[in-house]
Amino acid sequence: MDFTSLLEIFASGTLGTLRLFAVTLVGCLVGGTVLAAMRVSPTPVLRGTAAAYVNIVRNTPLTLVMFFCVLGLPYLDIRFSETASINSFALACLALIAYTSCFVAEVLRSGIATIPVGQAEAARSIGLTFSQSLRLVILPQAFRTVIPPMGSVIIAMLKNTSIASAFNNRELISAMRNAIEIRGDIVIPLLFATALVYLLLALILGRVFDYLEKKWVILR
Amino acid sequence: MSAPTQVLFDEPGPRARRNNVLLSIASGLVILAAIAYIVWKFEAAGQLTAAKWEPFAYTVIQTTLLQGMWATLKVALVASVLALAVGIAFALLRLAPTRAISLPSTLVLEIFRGVPVLLLIFATFLLFGNQIGSFWSVVIGLTLYNGMVIAEIMRAGILAVPRGQREAAMSIGLRGSQTMRLVLLPQAVRAMMPTLIAQVVVLLKDSALGFMVTYQDLLYQVRLIGRDYNNLLPTFIVGAALFIVINMLVAALARWLETRMQRKTAARTGPAKAED
Repeated sequence: MDFTSLLEIFASGTLGTLRLFAVTLVGCLVGGTVLAAMRVSPTPVLRGTAAAYVNIVRNTPLTLVMFFCVLGLPYLDIRFSETASINSFALACLALIAYTSCFVAEVLRSGIATIPVGQAEAARSIGLTFSQSLRLVILPQAFRTVIPPMGSVIIAMLKNTSIASAFNNRELISAMRNAIEIRGDIVIPLLFATALVYLLLALILGRVFDYLEKKWVILR
Repeated sequence: MSAPTQVLFDEPGPRARRNNVLLSIASGLVILAAIAYIVWKFEAAGQLTAAKWEPFAYTVIQTTLLQGMWATLKVALVASVLALAVGIAFALLRLAPTRAISLPSTLVLEIFRGVPVLLLIFATFLLFGNQIGSFWSVVIGLTLYNGMVIAEIMRAGILAVPRGQREAAMSIGLRGSQTMRLVLLPQAVRAMMPTLIAQVVVLLKDSALGFMVTYQDLLYQVRLIGRDYNNLLPTFIVGAALFIVINMLVAALARWLETRMQRKTAARTGPAKAED
């Protein structure tokens, strides 16, 4: 087993991690925004539902959520694809989205709380409806103020994609285990290589969020 | 509820109230329909039959589940204590006045904090698993990761203590270590208690990863029972409920501590009493 084939294994693993990450990123931002909007809405039923969902899922280990999604949902005949690998990928993404959305929603809600009362009052007094004021005035500002905590939620999500390795997904950790099976004599370098890839990805993400923060954040 | 969420919409008038009721009913129906769909799916897949849930009445199953729960809790308990110790140690190392100490410890901290906790558990298991067993592999993996996060929390807490405290301590002749031990650390721990407990909840959740290195924790038992009695889904739900209850208890403890500490500092801002 030469160096290039090990590199190939790691490249495919990194690609798998990035794919899980990209799908979950889009999903959890959308899901989190919807949950946050529900939590501040005038309709009590929506508020209660969102609060219950967030409190339950946030207190469940991601491992358990993924267990339920990847191994449990097929029992209920919920499948996304005929191919086993695509199916487990979709279900793992679903679990990650369901879990991370809660944290995104909580961060956004704390962001909404930091927006000066005058903004919401002004929006109302020019006659905007609830959904308009949320969409045009409150949420754009909330997104900007919460960039730093959002960054740590997203980086945590990147690290959480590693849990998908236990559920038939191709990503960095499973690539590492694969490589270790082949080359049991260089365990330590392989472990370090995996750690390095994760550190690099987290570093890049951190830089992206630093840039976004400089560009967008509103100082109050 | 905070102020801005209240001003997001007006005090409802007659029309808004009517719309609100209609919306409540509509959204309630949608949510009920979603729940009904899930229940129907369970029913259709035959997951609601008595045979699937009956095993939970057996003492054997109950003790097995509780054993798994205890195994998970044991990991979390040992790892929290160790992580707290490691966290304080690394916070102090990072704040050390000599760069020769603070720079390497910063590097170590950033590495352990930047990788998934699963990788650390695997690494410990692969490298030392034969000698120390799966229990200590999980504990050490969790300790390394959460210890570093706690170190950052503690460091932020120590730096957040007003500067006058350190200056006052120095000026009454305390040494550097005494200042840290007697003045700065107690205040930092108190200020950071809610964040620390939130991290313990994270650790508790991560302790569910033990089954990946064949540690016989709750998830391991859940999978075993699910296979033996062919009731994987019901067992998941029971396991999840156990986890959620424990996590919510710890989170409630955090809230209680937070209010209690606020009360304590608010009430006793007089000359220090001997009883403390």
